Amino acid sequence: MCRIGAIKSKGFIHPSKALTLMRSQQKGHDNSGFAMVMQDLGGRFEDYKELPILSMACTDDGMATAEEILHKEGFIRSMQWSPEINDRPGLNIEPMPNYVFQILQYPKSYKYAPQEEKEQLLVDTRLKIREALEEQEAGYIYSFWPDVITLKEIGDPTDIGEYFGLWEEDEEFTARIITAQCRQNTNYDIVRYAAHPFFLQGYTALANGENTFYEKNMNFQKGLNKGYIGFESDSQCFLYTLHYIHKELGWPLEYFKHTITPLPFDQLEGREDSDVLLRIRSSLAHLEINGPNTIIGVLPDGTVFNTCDAKKLRPVVVGRTDDTVIITSEVTGINEVLPDREWDKDIYTNERETVVVTNDLEVHRWQQ
Amino acid sequence: MATMKVNQISRDDLDWQLDYNTERCTMCGSCVAACPFEAIHAGIEKRRKVVSDHLTPEPKVEFKAIPIIKQTVDTYKYCRGCGICERVCPNSAIKPVRNEDSRFAIKYRGALADPYKRGGRANLSTGERTLDKIRVGRISQMTDPSLDASRHTFDMLAPFGRVLPPGELPINVKDGKLTLDKTMLPPVNWIYPIIIGDMSIGALSWRMWEAMSIATAYLNEEAGIPIRMCSGEGGVPVRLLQSKYLKYTILQIASGHFGWNRIINAMPKMTEDPAGVLIKIGQGAKPGDGGLLQAKKVASHIQEIRGVPKADLLSPPNHQGLYSIEESVQKMFLSFNSAFRFKVPVAIKVAASSTSVSVYNNLLRDPYNIVGGFFLDGISGGTGAANEISLDHTGHPVISKLRDCYNAATHQGKQSQIPLWAAGGMGQNWNLAADAFKSIALGANGIFTGKLMLQLAGCVGNDRGKCNACNTGLCPVGICTQNPTLVKRLDIDKAAENIVNYFLSVDYELKKLLAPIGNSSLPVGRSDCLISEDKAVADRLNIQYAC
Repeated sequence: MCRIGAIKSKGFIHPSKALTLMRSQQKGHDNSGFAMVMQDLGGRFEDYKELPILSMACTDDGMATAEEILHKEGFIRSMQWSPEINDRPGLNIEPMPNYVFQILQYPKSYKYAPQEEKEQLLVDTRLKIREALEEQEAGYIYSFWPDVITLKEIGDPTDIGEYFGLWEEDEEFTARIITAQCRQNTNYDIVRYAAHPFFLQGYTALANGENTFYEKNMNFQKGLNKGYIGFESDSQCFLYTLHYIHKELGWPLEYFKHTITPLPFDQLEGREDSDVLLRIRSSLAHLEINGPNTIIGVLPDGTVFNTCDAKKLRPVVVGRTDDTVIITSEVTGINEVLPDREWDKDIYTNERETVVVTNDLEVHRWQQ
Repeated sequence: MATMKVNQISRDDLDWQLDYNTERCTMCGSCVAACPFEAIHAGIEKRRKVVSDHLTPEPKVEFKAIPIIKQTVDTYKYCRGCGICERVCPNSAIKPVRNEDSRFAIKYRGALADPYKRGGRANLSTGERTLDKIRVGRISQMTDPSLDASRHTFDMLAPFGRVLPPGELPINVKDGKLTLDKTMLPPVNWIYPIIIGDMSIGALSWRMWEAMSIATAYLNEEAGIPIRMCSGEGGVPVRLLQSKYLKYTILQIASGHFGWNRIINAMPKMTEDPAGVLIKIGQGAKPGDGGLLQAKKVASHIQEIRGVPKADLLSPPNHQGLYSIEESVQKMFLSFNSAFRFKVPVAIKVAASSTSVSVYNNLLRDPYNIVGGFFLDGISGGTGAANEISLDHTGHPVISKLRDCYNAATHQGKQSQIPLWAAGGMGQNWNLAADAFKSIALGANGIFTGKLMLQLAGCVGNDRGKCNACNTGLCPVGICTQNPTLVKRLDIDKAAENIVNYFLSVDYELKKLLAPIGNSSLPVGRSDCLISEDKAVADRLNIQYAC
């Protein structure tokens, strides 16, 4: 099982906090990877909020391929940053030759383009680069989106942290939202794409558990959006459902829960909105999940939320102080990062609940 | 010396021969009275006996005429192996025995120039079924714990009605909530994923039909299992049409259109909408063939319900006047949707065939969104009067075709938009829950079953040619006959009780299959939980091969 976590803070925080959060939950697990998505960036990325950032791990050939595609599309590089590598013998990590975080300007022809078109261009370009990299076996592209950085690595999370120098706090590499996972896929091969968090068009999702409706989810999602690809992990389905409900259909977030874990029929009876909910249940039956799951999601506007399977078979806890909220698999992680919080205010999300953290760090509990 | 009449039918030509023990027989006459086929009769046999009535042996031969039970050797009155004689005999003196060397099929045709009819059971395809070659192989463990079948709740309902894709739902966002414009939305009813399939009142006795109706009402109202029952072609008693129980009944219109004038006439007096309308195009047991209710089964109450004289009632193979899918959609579906004010789901039933997927694809693209279900009936379906030639030599197994239809819909991202229901031999090995579960995992939204209900009521037929006389109007247990004497043999309450109890066990068993795969709702299309030890089956259905 994965261990997942999300930190949302009023101030900028460094990934070392995420590593600390996750490391204490590693006991007894195989520690085969660490991955994170940083959103609402600070430090050296803070002045480029509107510009897309490419997150990639690749070979030299992969780098050349990606640059060629970007050049052809008309993107112009504004800034590039690579983490400082601290390699030493004995580190349990399978690194790629290059880790690239590139800030790019949109093609000139998109100067007056509506936001939707720009967003579509970013998705199309990412898919194009991904396909080219896969053909050449030359690397991985994780995200291409404004104000977002993604890193996924195979190996021991402690060693990964050391390799990238992430244990040392650095004001230049910070964000207000960091989502992270340690441990890789158990059901399938360990590949970088299979690591959470999954990201698409500003939406991030992580999950701890087993999606027993993976096959029906996947079969349905494949036809919904060309960005719904990969499926290296059964948990990717949650991201695509979130994206589909919230972005494609434009439904409020509360209907994500109604879609993935619909209320039992006997509870629907007598509800004022039973008509809507029954139609959702019939039309989106293939997006239901039925396995044990805890899902953490992030919306493009920075809202962070958590919800669980309908039987609450996987643990999750929400801990908070005035300026930080953490959602993670085990309370031990929060104890490490927020030792002085009022622990009796911790929330253990229930089976019918969506816990929502707003940008003001208000924590709302929605009952389904 | 007697002439050898080799071309006449003889006892060793028959499918069944009587094993009769004179020593045990008391000539009570029960067997003769009970045999509806007149396949046995009382007769006399001349017996030679050596006796001695002296102190010292002084043998002498005596001849005696003794009464016995004899098998009738006749092309009309022949033993069908139903075993009723054995059941009623107080002394176990008589029973039918299968004659492996029977030539009856050829003798019958040779004598009567008529197809050899044996009613509603397949006689050739009696081997292991595809469903029996599939197992539930993905059992939840530590990462995805099994559920507790007794403690957890399960949502075992299936949609019946046209399911719109979410983008086509008339939904609006208002104050952060979704609102629905319900006008002209296709109706969708959530029902139990097993339907009692279409068996007409006419094919069945009124007592059997009543037993099923009682069981359906009980299951809905007392047991909380929202099961539906299909009327079959041929109309419904007006009293039922006007009762509240109509909501549990799916009204069928088949190509004979029998009984529909009565249904239409009753509409102003209906207090409830029916559960649905099922347009029957084809049936698994006789694909491409029409239905037939012989005149001998058209009793006066059948005449009344169907609005017909006492005559052979033939349903043509297709709905006359409809020769294309476009016409079907425009005329039939629209008119039936309209007849019930677009509030009752209208579905179609077709026979599984090489062309089923084409039909399903066509319907999936129906621009009116009014096809509320696709009922696919496989080779082992059907009761009644199917010709042997149809039963044994036409048709398509349902499972691969069900899978093809589901895959075709999946390929277009339209799975479950027209819910798939499959049947044809469901519960043939008495385990309906397992068959339902596997079919659902292969893509069905639900299944329907018919013959199993007859078995529960006491049908003595089997898939190896035992009884199979549904077509004769002489059903020995009162299920498939309108003969007043025979009908009385059926205990309505007992039959209803058996059906209810069976469904209670099916409901429990279905949960016992859902629980280990960790699902609390129906696993439609979850073929990843199935395995097969038969490579060909695994490959064809695209499920895991296990060895």
